Amino acid sequence: MSDLPSPNSPVKRHHWIVRLTHWSTFLLLAGMVTSGLQIYRAYARFGERGGPYYVNPFQDVTFPGWTRLGGWLAGGLNWHFALMWPLGAVGLLYLSYLVASGEWRSLLFRPRDIRGAIEMQKYYLRLRKDHPAQGKHNPLQKLAYTTIILLGVLSVLTGFAIYKPVQFGWLTALFGGFQAARYWHFWAVWIFVGFTLVHVVLVFVVDAPSFRAMLTGWYRGRFPSHD
Amino acid sequence: MIDRRGFVRLAAGAGAASLAGACGWDGGNTLRPGLLSVSRLNDWVGEKLLFSPARLAREYSPTERSAHLPSYFISRTTPVLENPAAWRLRVDGLVRRPLELSLDDLMRLQRTTYTVKHHCVEGWTAIATWHGVALSAIAQRCEPLPAARYVHFKSFDADYSNGWDLASAMHPQTILAYGMNDNPLPPAHGAPLRLYSPTKLGYKMTKYLVSMTFMEKRPGGYWEDQGYPWFAGI
Repeated sequence: MSDLPSPNSPVKRHHWIVRLTHWSTFLLLAGMVTSGLQIYRAYARFGERGGPYYVNPFQDVTFPGWTRLGGWLAGGLNWHFALMWPLGAVGLLYLSYLVASGEWRSLLFRPRDIRGAIEMQKYYLRLRKDHPAQGKHNPLQKLAYTTIILLGVLSVLTGFAIYKPVQFGWLTALFGGFQAARYWHFWAVWIFVGFTLVHVVLVFVVDAPSFRAMLTGWYRGRFPSHD
Repeated sequence: MIDRRGFVRLAAGAGAASLAGACGWDGGNTLRPGLLSVSRLNDWVGEKLLFSPARLAREYSPTERSAHLPSYFISRTTPVLENPAAWRLRVDGLVRRPLELSLDDLMRLQRTTYTVKHHCVEGWTAIATWHGVALSAIAQRCEPLPAARYVHFKSFDADYSNGWDLASAMHPQTILAYGMNDNPLPPAHGAPLRLYSPTKLGYKMTKYLVSMTFMEKRPGGYWEDQGYPWFAGI
């Protein structure tokens, strides 16, 4: 945006590819998590048979029926291995868009963002009064979005390591073996779930119009200059 | 013509509704066939693109064996032969020379021993040592015809059976096992003879074998026919 928009006049914020991939990721990931919890039910622990087992607050926990997709193990597997295709495609589409559009620059957290992240944290902790100057995203947002993309990559890689532990034996070994890869694949779920909860809370507490912007593409709120 | 906003609303609504209705659901009559088609696509990717006929699963030292390896069968009680001495493995179908092999015949063939990790579809793993004869050694003797593309393994555990693609069956680590952890194969693990391979999930490794039949068409299997992935190579 070259000319500065007057406050409250709508600004174009999200390309349709971003909006499409954002919401389809949400739905597909929900399907992946719920079918994953169905699969988890069949062996709700981590470690070789007979132990020792990895530290896991959910050991032997059966998650409630409404959180499980598939009905039984085969159903959960078939959902999981079907949804992985569109989710992978959506992920690649999004990453390609970031690269092609150059938007990765406003999203990627780099070492030079550390100082800004500390200032932003101070602002949130009310240790400083004025909102630090920022671009499209503040450094803490960059940190969060960069982390979540890396988490997506980690989930795909640990997924491959569990799916084909012989054909991708090197990858499985890289994660510390089959059970360790399962373990990290499982923990990724809780980081995704935690991220989503915090993300939704922050959207509505800090900048509710950004929710509309993710649907329509147009932003009409307090922080138009952030574009 | 639906506008973009309308489309987004529709998609979000449909997604949320299907999600709410979906949990605990295997897809029903509407989606289940689609899911199974994708599963067949995944079989193809696993078999044709990812499976390497030469790549070997990692071997372990016998000292790393697990204390316990769970065992499953579908009969109510452990399947056992009434007359073990009369047992034979029948090798037939699209072969030049059908065979009837006794346990002694199999034990006279070159013995393969390895200590490998067992991967169950449920997610557990356990390490054990297996002793047997490479399936490819049987194939050398029965000489499959060029038309043979699959092998159907049948058991005397009710109607349990499995179908394998030929490349997986001929993998150097695919064996007919008559021993486990330095002992004869226990009844719980498929005595007198079971299929074993560290490149497949446990449910593909037919226990209590009675026959292997070379076929042109893809055979089904006990769990596979109920919706479990058919290829199940890992």
